[in-house]
Amino acid sequence: MNINILIVGVGGQGTLLASKILGNYATLINKDCKLSEVHGMSQRGGSVVTYVRISDKVYSPLIDKKNADVILAFEELEALRWADYIKDGGMIIINKQNLYPMPVITGKVDYPADIYERVGGYGAQIRNIDALEIAMKLGDLRTVNVAVLGFCAVLLKFDREKFKEAIKNSVPASTFDINLRAFEEGEKRA
Amino acid sequence: MKKLLLGDHAVAQGAYEAGVKVAAAYPGTPSTEITEYLSTFNDIYSEWSVNEKVAMEVGIGASMAGGRALVSMKHVGLNVAADPLFTYAYTGVNAGLVIAVADDPGMHSSQNEQDSRFYGLSAHIPMLEPSDSQEAKDFTKFAFELSEKYDTPVFIRLTTRIAHSRSFVEISKRQEIEFDYKQDIAKFVMVPANARKRHVKVEERERRLASDVNSFDINRIENGKNKIGIICAGAVYQYVKEALPDYPVFKLGFVYPLPVEKLREFASNCDDLIVIEELEPYIENALKSNGISVRGKELTGLQGELSSEKIKEIILGYKVISGKEELPARPPVMCAGCTHRGIYYVINKLKLNAAGDIGCYSLGCNEPLNAMHSLICMGAAIANTHGMEKAKGKDFSKKNIAVIGDSTFVHSGITGLINAVYNRSNITILILDNSTTGMTGHQPHPGTGKTIKNEQTHTLDFEALVRACGVNNVSVIDPYDLDMTESVIKEHIVKDGVSVIIARRPCILLDKTAKFDVAEIDNCRKCGMCLKLGCPAIRKNKDGSVAVDSTLCTACMLCEKVCKFASVKKVGDAK
Ligand code: SF4
Ligand code: SF4
Repeated sequence: MNINILIVGVGGQGTLLASKILGNYATLINKDCKLSEVHGMSQRGGSVVTYVRISDKVYSPLIDKKNADVILAFEELEALRWADYIKDGGMIIINKQNLYPMPVITGKVDYPADIYERVGGYGAQIRNIDALEIAMKLGDLRTVNVAVLGFCAVLLKFDREKFKEAIKNSVPASTFDINLRAFEEGEKRA
Repeated sequence: MKKLLLGDHAVAQGAYEAGVKVAAAYPGTPSTEITEYLSTFNDIYSEWSVNEKVAMEVGIGASMAGGRALVSMKHVGLNVAADPLFTYAYTGVNAGLVIAVADDPGMHSSQNEQDSRFYGLSAHIPMLEPSDSQEAKDFTKFAFELSEKYDTPVFIRLTTRIAHSRSFVEISKRQEIEFDYKQDIAKFVMVPANARKRHVKVEERERRLASDVNSFDINRIENGKNKIGIICAGAVYQYVKEALPDYPVFKLGFVYPLPVEKLREFASNCDDLIVIEELEPYIENALKSNGISVRGKELTGLQGELSSEKIKEIILGYKVISGKEELPARPPVMCAGCTHRGIYYVINKLKLNAAGDIGCYSLGCNEPLNAMHSLICMGAAIANTHGMEKAKGKDFSKKNIAVIGDSTFVHSGITGLINAVYNRSNITILILDNSTTGMTGHQPHPGTGKTIKNEQTHTLDFEALVRACGVNNVSVIDPYDLDMTESVIKEHIVKDGVSVIIARRPCILLDKTAKFDVAEIDNCRKCGMCLKLGCPAIRKNKDGSVAVDSTLCTACMLCEKVCKFASVKKVGDAK
C-alpha cells in the first residue's frame, strides 16, 4: 500500500488522533510512514491539516498539491479549502458538519452554499458521512474522528483487525470501548 | 523495537538513552513535547522552569555537577536563555549539556521567524540538525559525546516540520553515565581574569572542531547523475530527495561549524551549486565567505517554509497549482467559553488600549474583539505599558491597560511589575489567571501548585506576591462576571500608582471530562450584541437572527449577559 492521506478540519476536532491511528496502522502492516501534525496556537479553532504518508520509503512529511490519494475532511468548508490537494481520481470523504469561521459569525462573509458542487469540480469521488450524529448518539462528541476512520477503513479496504489494534494502541485504555463503537458505527455507514 | 515518534519525542528518547539526568524547559511550540516526553521517565529529573534562562541555568548546574542535561526551548526562548549560555560556552562542561532549540519557519505558532543557526556562530557552540525522528534521536546522543569530547555545550536544532512530524525510530536501552563533581575555579568562575584565559580555549576548541568536522560522517555526500549539486540540511533534505532524486546532495548533519573542506571537494565535482535552506542565507553566506561560489536565496527567498513542491518549482520550473478557491478564512479563535473572552469584551466597551502578551489571550487581537493592541515578546506587556506611561503621562495611562497571562507573568512579567513599582509608574495590570499555560497545551506552572509530573507543590500566591512587590491596589475578579469586571477596571484605571487586577477562572478546557449545559436563544431580536463576543458557538442565521451550536457551547452564559432582550437561557441538558 502506498497512500497519501490529508486530514483536514478545525482545530479541536481530533484530526491529530486520527493521524496517529493511521500511523499506528502503518506500523502494524510494516510500512514506512511519516506524519506531520499541528500543535499550538493554530489548534484553537483554526483551519488545520495533518499529512499522513504511508509507503515503502517516505522522504517528505508533507504532501504536494494534487498528490493526495484521499482527503478526510472533518468539516465541509475545510474539504473545499484543501480540495486542490486531491489527485485525479482520488477520494474525498466529508463529514457532514459545519463549523462557522469567525468572518462568517461576524457576518462579513457567508458560509458557502455550494461546497459540494465546487468540491465536485476537482474530479474526485466524494463520499459523505454524518459522524457527528454517530458521536452524539454515543454520547461523546470526541468520537467523531474515529467514526470517520471506520467509514474510511471500509472504503479503503484496510485490514479490519489490524485497524482495531491500531486504535487500541492510540487511545487511552479507558476510552477504547467507546472509540471501538464509534469505529463500528462508521463502518456501517460505508 | 521501532516506534513512530514525533521529532520532539525522538530528541527526548535520545537524551534518555544517553543517560540524561536533568531536563529543564519552559513550554513553547514547537519544542514543548521534548520535556513532556522526558517527564514520563522515572529515572530522569525533569521540570518546567519559570522561563528559558532559568531552565538553562538549571541545565548548566546539572552539567557542572556531573550529570548530563538537556535544555529545550523554541527559537524566541533562546533569546531569553542566551545570557548564561554564551558564558557556559566559555567555561565548557563537565557532563554534557545539550540544548534543543526549535525554529518555526512559516510562524505556525510564533511572533517571528528568527534563525537560530546564528546562535551557533555567535556563541561558538556546535550545532547539529537532524532531518527525521531517527536522526533526532541519534544526533542527540552524539551531541552528548561531542559535548564532553570538545568541552562545550552542543545545540540540536529542529524546525516545526521535524519537531512535529512522526517517523520511525529504533529504540535502545539507556546507558548510565555520571561524572564526578570537581571544583575548578579557573574553569567555572568567569571573572574577567579567568574568562580571558577561557576565551583562548574557546578558539582552540573551535579550530579543532572546524577541522574535525570534515571527517564526521553525519555530513554526507549522496551521489547523483545531475551536474548541479545541492547543499541542504534538516527538513529541507527530505524535500530535496523527493523533488530532485537525480541530483547529487551534500547533506549536512553539522550546521555549525560547517565542514568547509568537504564542501569544497563536493563543489569541485559539480558544475553548479545550489544551497537550499529555509529562513536566512546562513549556509550560503558561510560558503561564499570561504570563496565557494553558490546560489541560494536569490532562488528560494527568505520567508516561510519550503516543500518538495516549492523546490520543484524553483529548480525545475514546475508550475505549482495554486488554490483557486475564494473562501472565508478560518483563523484560530479563543474556545467557546474561554475565560478571556469577557475581559476583551469589557476592554472594548471601555475603549481601552491594551498592551498584550503571549498566550491564548493573544487571540483577543482578532475580529470581532480587536482588543489587544500590541504584542512583542513573553512578559513585555507590563514594561511596555510602563514605557507608554513614561512617554505620555498619567492621563494617557488612564486609558491603558497591560494584559498578561498567569504563566507569562511568572515567566517574565514579575520583573516588569517590580520595575514599574520601583520607578513610580501609574499603570493598571490585568493578570488573566486561568491556572495553566493554555496555548502550549495546558502545562502547569508555579501558580498551579502542580509539577510537571502532576505532583503537589507550593502554590504561588499571586495576591501576596503582587502586594510584596509594592502594589497596594489589588483586586480579584471573576471574568465571567461582566459587571464586576467592568466596575473594577473602571475603579482601578483612574487611580495613581500601580494597580493589579487578577481575573481568575480556570481554562474551560482544563477539565476534559466536564459535561456542559448549553445556551439556547429564543425570540432573537437580531440586535447582534452577542456576536461581538466572538464566540465560535454562536452562529448567525440567514435571516439575521442568531443560534447557538450546542455541540460547542459550554454554557459560560456571557451571551446571556450581553443580550438586552433576555433571549438567551441555559438549558439543562448537559452533554
Ligand atoms: S485553551 Fe483555554 S485559555 Fe486557551 S482559548 Fe481555549 S479556553 Fe481560552
Ligand atoms: S453560553 Fe454563549 S458565549 Fe458561552 S459558550 Fe455558549 S454560546 Fe458561547
